[in-house]
Amino acid sequence: METAAIMETPKTDKIAVEVKDLNAYFGSLRAVKDFSLNMLEKKVTALIGPSGCGKSTFIRCLNRMHEVTPKAWSEGQVLIHGEDVMKKDPVLLRRNVGMVFQKPQPFPSMSIFDNVAAGLRLNGLRNKSVLAEEVEKSLRDSALWDEVKDHLNKPGTSLSGGQQQRLCIARALAIRPSVLLLDEPCSALDPISTAKIEELILELKSNYTIIIVTHNMQQAARVSDFTAFLLLGEMIEYGVTSKMFTNPGNKKTEDYITGRFG
Amino acid sequence: MKRQVEEEINQLKAKILHMGSLAEEMIHFSMKCFIERESNFGEKVFKNEEEVNRFQIEVDELSSRILALYQPEATDLRTIIAAMKINSELERVADQAVNITQTCTLHLFKETPVKTMMEIPRMATIAQEMIKDSLDAFSRSDVELAQAVLKKDEEEDTLKAKVLSEIIGMIRKHPSQTKQLVDLILISRNLEKIGDHATNIAEDVIYMTIGKDIRHPQQQDPPVVSPSL
Repeated sequence: METAAIMETPKTDKIAVEVKDLNAYFGSLRAVKDFSLNMLEKKVTALIGPSGCGKSTFIRCLNRMHEVTPKAWSEGQVLIHGEDVMKKDPVLLRRNVGMVFQKPQPFPSMSIFDNVAAGLRLNGLRNKSVLAEEVEKSLRDSALWDEVKDHLNKPGTSLSGGQQQRLCIARALAIRPSVLLLDEPCSALDPISTAKIEELILELKSNYTIIIVTHNMQQAARVSDFTAFLLLGEMIEYGVTSKMFTNPGNKKTEDYITGRFG
Repeated sequence: MKRQVEEEINQLKAKILHMGSLAEEMIHFSMKCFIERESNFGEKVFKNEEEVNRFQIEVDELSSRILALYQPEATDLRTIIAAMKINSELERVADQAVNITQTCTLHLFKETPVKTMMEIPRMATIAQEMIKDSLDAFSRSDVELAQAVLKKDEEEDTLKAKVLSEIIGMIRKHPSQTKQLVDLILISRNLEKIGDHATNIAEDVIYMTIGKDIRHPQQQDPPVVSPSL
């Protein structure tokens, strides 16, 4: 794998996610091949590559969603803030590693408020005023508060696609994760909603480590600090985004980002 | 299947190369005008300048169009950036040729001729070669040729210094010819500037081809935070 010039990581940049020799399988099919990389705390890391290259499979290994699929399994090690994810209770792990999916999926029978409060209630929070404070904070953090504050009791599904996606981000943020996984969060959204999510990502990175899967090259270039290019389950190149998009180190990366294949 | 963006980039390159050949001709005709004291060559310079200016607008428009429509990355992006910069350089080369011609037609031709130093036509030949080589390097993404252009600029600068010191000596000996001799200094300055523009083009070609910015080697790259593996 080629990387941008590797320099000593300054002490202020802590490693949030450490992946060592990770392989992920669906039965006998190896979808992720020997990934080893570090992702830095409070930075945005983008994963790019053609469909089927293993991007989503890889991030699903980080919060153990991968193993939920029948016959899916993985080997190797993933450490989040130094803790081996395989040794953690998956429910506790997913509290710390939030995830937002391609298609906004608010809980259909719940109001806007309840969608955000759901995770908190599951964690035992019952105090109404604390709950209201936490919901407001999460909705503010996901830049949705001003648009929904006057109708928190309306169903989550009554919102526009872009608002629903921000609602899902608010829901993920409510339980205060340290890592946020975004799996093509804008692919079903219009350009204005996409721009709002991108702005949100840039704001959120001051508090969260964000890993985003995207098919949109410009989006990866705009929002991420580091980019990994994946192809057929292999990590071809991983490095600083600005370099990757102006002067990639690998011919395959060059060919992909300039649209010669994929 | 050829990518649409590639076709448009090829069109852009073709325009730059055409513009470059017009600029080269302008250097050639401005020198003919200077050496042969013949203002007809000047007409050709002015005619080419109009065309170069038209191309400058076209190249800018096409570059903006490609950036807006395709959001190019990597080599494609670097090629557009280089093309836009080379576009400005060539327009300035054309301006230098116009300045030489104007110095000839508006001043020199009205004064008694002075002895022409061979260094000035030699400077023009080198400048023209530098423009040609830098554009060949652009067309073929040839880093070695671009580096050769950078080397040639030293020769141009040496000649310019020689011309200057000779002219200062001549002014001392023949103060009555000061006006014409100052014009010769201006012309050598114009030719040296053409060499500088060719140098800039060569630097743009190196950036375009290997993504390395060699313009100011004394400037350190800012520290880059990179995740370790």
